[in-house]
Amino acid sequence: MTWNLFPLVIIAVVLFVVLNLAAGLIWVERRLLALWQDRYGPNRVGPFGLGQVVADSVKMFTKEDWVPPFADRPVFVLAPAIIVATALLSFAVVPFSPGFVVADLDIGILFLLAMSSLGVYSVVLAGWASNNKYSLLGGIRAAAQMLSYEVFMGLSLLGVVMLAGSFRISHIVEAQRGLWFVVPQFLGFVLFLIAAVAETRRLPFDLAEAESELIAGFHSEYSGMKFGMFFVGEYLGVILISATIALLFFGGWLGPVLPGPVWFAAKTLFFICLFILFRAALPRPRFDQLMSWGWKVMLPLALLNLLATGAVVLART
Amino acid sequence: MLSLVRSLWEVFRHAFARRVTVQYPEEKPYLAPRYRGRIVLTKDPDGGERCVACNLCAVACPVDCISLQATEDEHGRRYPEFFRINFSRCIFCGYCEEACPTYAIQLTPDFEMGEYKRQNLVYEKDDLQIEGPGKYPDYNFWRVAGVAIGGKDKGEAENEIAPVDTHSLMP
Repeated sequence: MTWNLFPLVIIAVVLFVVLNLAAGLIWVERRLLALWQDRYGPNRVGPFGLGQVVADSVKMFTKEDWVPPFADRPVFVLAPAIIVATALLSFAVVPFSPGFVVADLDIGILFLLAMSSLGVYSVVLAGWASNNKYSLLGGIRAAAQMLSYEVFMGLSLLGVVMLAGSFRISHIVEAQRGLWFVVPQFLGFVLFLIAAVAETRRLPFDLAEAESELIAGFHSEYSGMKFGMFFVGEYLGVILISATIALLFFGGWLGPVLPGPVWFAAKTLFFICLFILFRAALPRPRFDQLMSWGWKVMLPLALLNLLATGAVVLART
Repeated sequence: MLSLVRSLWEVFRHAFARRVTVQYPEEKPYLAPRYRGRIVLTKDPDGGERCVACNLCAVACPVDCISLQATEDEHGRRYPEFFRINFSRCIFCGYCEEACPTYAIQLTPDFEMGEYKRQNLVYEKDDLQIEGPGKYPDYNFWRVAGVAIGGKDKGEAENEIAPVDTHSLMP
């Protein structure tokens, strides 16, 4: 009986940790942004302002859930669910420590990439269903941006796959026992990091919601918990991508002294903070700059990296 | 590309910089003596009302938040029967203080006037009047004004000489 129950326990724990972390990131992000802008951020509600998370959630849940009369209702309602669903599904293949994983698929990385690509539907459908020019512009941008950054995101990971010889994430982590993949695959890491920021639509690549140009882009018309879902989905994406970077390039749970999950959590948290630092420091590029960067610089670099890695792997065998 | 890394580093260094936020309710900011906050009506060093109900403050007020009614006491001194400032309108520009010929109306370094009911922001004369001369401790309008008033005739004010008797040509 116990062997049957164990996966359920893992799922429950993963959901609990990930969803709470996503909510807590609201506080983390605001405090860190404030720290880097020489402010304090929310520090009034509860110890260190941690109660702000509860206050924000209560506010979000009790707000009027408004669907504009001109919106395409079924799609409008569906869109925020997609982003959360895909992000949560991706966590199925994320191993927190050896054996502690919902489904250790042998195509783990592909599944991860597929799910993050599906996430674009959420944004595009939200932009389309809102029946609003700013939302639509945001949706179009999101579609173009994510399609073009998807390409070299996958390619930049192939170097890691080649070195590890497997798509299974736990194998990739185990292959880093001697040396983290960030060293032999530094270019791949940088490319993946940039693609990851674009993929989660975080600043500086938040052209889909670009407050200064498009009100709030694809979620201009959303309010209440539907807006909250986009928020949670975005933070889930950040956690997911940070966890992915930690797993694929920084040896996941591998580390001395401390137990595996602690190392994994620490590495993930480091990259989450890096994402927030990006937001604090970097300006948003123009849309055409973003596109030409993606196709003319990043994609060739990813291909070069792929060729070089392939040559090295071949020469070794 | 390198400039991006540099700006990341520069922003990160701010993690160790001093925070500029003033933690307000615990830590009060210094307010200059001439800070323009809550409006008060002051009194003479003798304890008499300074306001002579000339209406200049009400005229100067750009948002019309001052209203008063002039009246006279038995000595012929003018004073306001009522004096009302609607602080929900007041913009704390200080024009009333500039317009006041008797230093009666003054702005003070106090801004903590929060209320739950809007009506409570309408201050009557009792709320505005303070027991002191404010920023001008020695000034007494009636002592320097040339007008004759109960208890003080012409020529009896400070720095004033007795009036010339125009019917006499004697030097």
